[in-house]
Amino acid sequence: MSEQNTDVIQGTMDMLILKTLSLQPMHGFGIARRVEQISRGVFKVNPGSLLVALQRLERAGWLDSEWRQTENARRAKFYRLTRAGKKQLEIETADWTRRAAAIARLLEAEA
Amino acid sequence: MSLWRHLTRGLRALTHREATDAELTDELRHYHELSVASHERRGLAPDDARRAAQLEMGNMTVAREQVRSYGWENGIETLVTDVRYALRRLRANPGFTVVGILTLALGIGAATTIFSVVNPILFESLPYPHAERLVTLADRGSDGSALAPTFGTYVELLARSRSFESLAAADRWQPSLTGTGEPERLVGQRISATYFRTLGVAPNVGRDFTAADDEPSSPRVVILSDRLVRRRFGGDHGIVGRAVRLNDDEYLIIGVMPPRFTDVLAPAADIWAPLRAPLRSAFNNREWGHHYRILGRMRPELGGKMVGDELKALAAMPIREFSRPPWADLRNGVLVQRLQEEVAGDARPALLAIIGAVLLLLAIACVNVTNLLLARAAQRRAELAMRVALGAGRGRLVRQLLTETLVLALLGGAGALAFAEVGVRTLIALSPPGLPRADAITIDGPVFVFALVASAAVGLLVGVVPALGSARGLGEGLQGGTRRATGTRSAVRGALVVAEVALALVLLVSAGLLMRSLERLFAVAPGFDASQLLTMQVIDPGRAYRSDTARRQFYERALDAARHVPGVTAAAFTSQLPLSDDLDGYGYEVASTPSVKAGEDGAALRYVVTPGYFTAMRIPLRRGRLLEPSDAEAMPEAVVISESFARRKFGTKNPIGERVRFGPEAGSDRPWDLIVGVVADVKQQSLASTTSDAFYVALGHWSWVDNVQSLVVRTSGDPAALAPAIKRAVWSVDANQPIQRVMTMDGLIALSASQRRFALVIIESFALAALVLAAVGIYGVLSGSVTERMREIGVRSALGATRRSILTLIVRQGLTLVLLGIVIGVGGALGATRALVSLMFDVSRLDPVTYLGVGALLVGVSLLACWLPAWRAARVDPVITLRAE
Repeated sequence: MSEQNTDVIQGTMDMLILKTLSLQPMHGFGIARRVEQISRGVFKVNPGSLLVALQRLERAGWLDSEWRQTENARRAKFYRLTRAGKKQLEIETADWTRRAAAIARLLEAEA
Repeated sequence: MSLWRHLTRGLRALTHREATDAELTDELRHYHELSVASHERRGLAPDDARRAAQLEMGNMTVAREQVRSYGWENGIETLVTDVRYALRRLRANPGFTVVGILTLALGIGAATTIFSVVNPILFESLPYPHAERLVTLADRGSDGSALAPTFGTYVELLARSRSFESLAAADRWQPSLTGTGEPERLVGQRISATYFRTLGVAPNVGRDFTAADDEPSSPRVVILSDRLVRRRFGGDHGIVGRAVRLNDDEYLIIGVMPPRFTDVLAPAADIWAPLRAPLRSAFNNREWGHHYRILGRMRPELGGKMVGDELKALAAMPIREFSRPPWADLRNGVLVQRLQEEVAGDARPALLAIIGAVLLLLAIACVNVTNLLLARAAQRRAELAMRVALGAGRGRLVRQLLTETLVLALLGGAGALAFAEVGVRTLIALSPPGLPRADAITIDGPVFVFALVASAAVGLLVGVVPALGSARGLGEGLQGGTRRATGTRSAVRGALVVAEVALALVLLVSAGLLMRSLERLFAVAPGFDASQLLTMQVIDPGRAYRSDTARRQFYERALDAARHVPGVTAAAFTSQLPLSDDLDGYGYEVASTPSVKAGEDGAALRYVVTPGYFTAMRIPLRRGRLLEPSDAEAMPEAVVISESFARRKFGTKNPIGERVRFGPEAGSDRPWDLIVGVVADVKQQSLASTTSDAFYVALGHWSWVDNVQSLVVRTSGDPAALAPAIKRAVWSVDANQPIQRVMTMDGLIALSASQRRFALVIIESFALAALVLAAVGIYGVLSGSVTERMREIGVRSALGATRRSILTLIVRQGLTLVLLGIVIGVGGALGATRALVSLMFDVSRLDPVTYLGVGALLVGVSLLACWLPAWRAARVDPVITLRAE
């Protein structure tokens, strides 16, 4: 039995994070779990890469972060989409749709 | 925005490392907690939940390192750690550090020093706009060398050539300044009005010369250097518009040049006046002598080759309007030289040789440091192996080692700058008087950059080999005893020693050849007795002596006064002094060979002398008689010629009684002169010069009486001590006569060889440094090898080897490397000394004495360097060594 590939497609991690955070501010684990759930387990997120990506996005000005209380009274770092982040998400989504459509057309043409 | 965030977050991470770390740890722990919790919610027991979370998240430490290594600040942090660690390592090993830094400081410092000196002369463009378009034009001599052009050539080119935006002529001018303070002879140039415009500069106070100033009948005007205004007129620029007295004439000051202006054709020039020469004149005057400089600014669209072609065509096609005298008929064409090259001129070969030498020295220094690093890498093998075992990546390790090397190189570079600071000052002090652009030599921006780049490059260069060597095959390092790796490394180090010895040999041979040349040069007989001779230039500037008769009377009375100074045994005046920078030659014609026109047969050196000259100089008479006091008036005029002139012109025939005419009289219908004697050849330009065709006529028999003459005085005691008394004697005749270049003949001879000596001193000191470095290298390699072979040596002596045989063993190992290096070095030296030929004199490039001497020296020094490690090896106690195993 071959193991299913659960790596996040290269270059799409940023988009997935931005998309997830566009619904509501979230902490790291929340983001990871949400990505896994919505993708129905197709993507699994490794915390190391996730946190690096979060730092990168934050420095790019697309996310803000703050420490605040969770519902069970623990301090956690929450990430929130900025306005620039929202714009970036639109750009990346449009870009991705365009490419995915192109790939889909190519694959159909082959068939 | 994002750049700002990068900066601020990065800085915060750097400055608040602990807080950032704590946050990261907290974030990761929270992640973990939530992960465990979610597994528990799915019904796993707490232990299983934790295991599942662990499985899912992977190694927490790895994740943390992954996040921590993000961002620019992380690179800096690693660098700081590496540098700090490197400094600690260097401190822990002071011997290695000191030798390494000193070696590098020496190599890079020497290179920086030489670069500072050579840069303005050979490479930096001259301080004029579009200096690359400036050229000088000269007559091409029959042997292709440059001959100073005549004014006639300038006039013709000015009218006919279309290649230049601007052409200018210049002539030496040394007017005497009187009237303000003590009389002084200034250095300057008489120039055409276009001169400064051609260079692309202008006075910053007052105005430039105009064509009207250059008319023969226009009022006399001068432009001064800022330096002179500061020195003589208190820096007052209001001086413009006032008059100065030069050579007893009033000159109006019309301008002052900018402070940073240098006239590269006459670096010492402080004063400029228009030539005021008639653009049309007969051939028989001063304007037709070979003593001008022609400067041209080429049109921007023309290349040097096109200009050369045009001038070649012009030279080959004389036109009636510009008739040329036989000695300036441009038969061999016009020589075009870039101003930059012309300025570097004679210094070029010496400077190129010195550059070569310093590169060799730098190479030796690098080899030596590489060797040191290799030796240290061997000692650090265990440490590095341990770090690999603890998980350090190979790249990380190489980076660490390179940082260490770079730190060493940069420290060396800092030392080098200090070295260069001292070196440049020493070199300027040592430099021969004619060194061009000496005023532009400083340690400046480019030189600093050079030192920095050089040190970094050397650091990388010498760092790479040991770093790669250390990182390779460290896996087995912990297992110890990897004999093969040790074998290749000592082979590399052996090869480095061979290279070092070879390079040192090249330098030593070069120094040796130069030293032998100088020795030979000073052994050359100048043609007269140089000991106890005092010389000085006596100048007659003034109007009071304008007439030739009056001038002659002044010189004769001054001579008489000098002869009466106690301690003077003989004295005479001459128009040019041997081995000074005087050089004055004229064409001639001989009555017995009427087909050869004046000047077609080259020129002979002209000496207008008072009759006592030969006895004062002790120039031996070969044939006939010397000039006598009665010759000054008698007709026909008597001439004494030099031996080589006699041989060349008359062969084995007796020249006495032959009739000749010289200079302006040649080709005219003036009465012939009569050759009355032949004297020995005298070296005029330098001890190395080969042209000694010369003629001597009595003062009063030349077409004019020179207004600059040299007094030669033979003394019974120390000649230098007599200088003040003789000056007083001359001034007792007329106190307004400037006297300059007061030197003993021995001093002049030393000065005439100063350029060779300059090159020799530098290359000699480099060779010495190379010898020391090579010795250190040999010592380092052998003592490293003795340490590595301790056990083997112990076994040998346990098995009965005598101390002597062990000593021989080690010394032989060292000497094999040295001999190999010598063989290779001889090959290199045979090629490299080609660059030295122009500095050598009377010594073959293959001079066996030099090669044998240098070989013996190298072997001797190497033996010393081998001895210490060998002695240590011979004292190895087998019991202790073997027990240590």
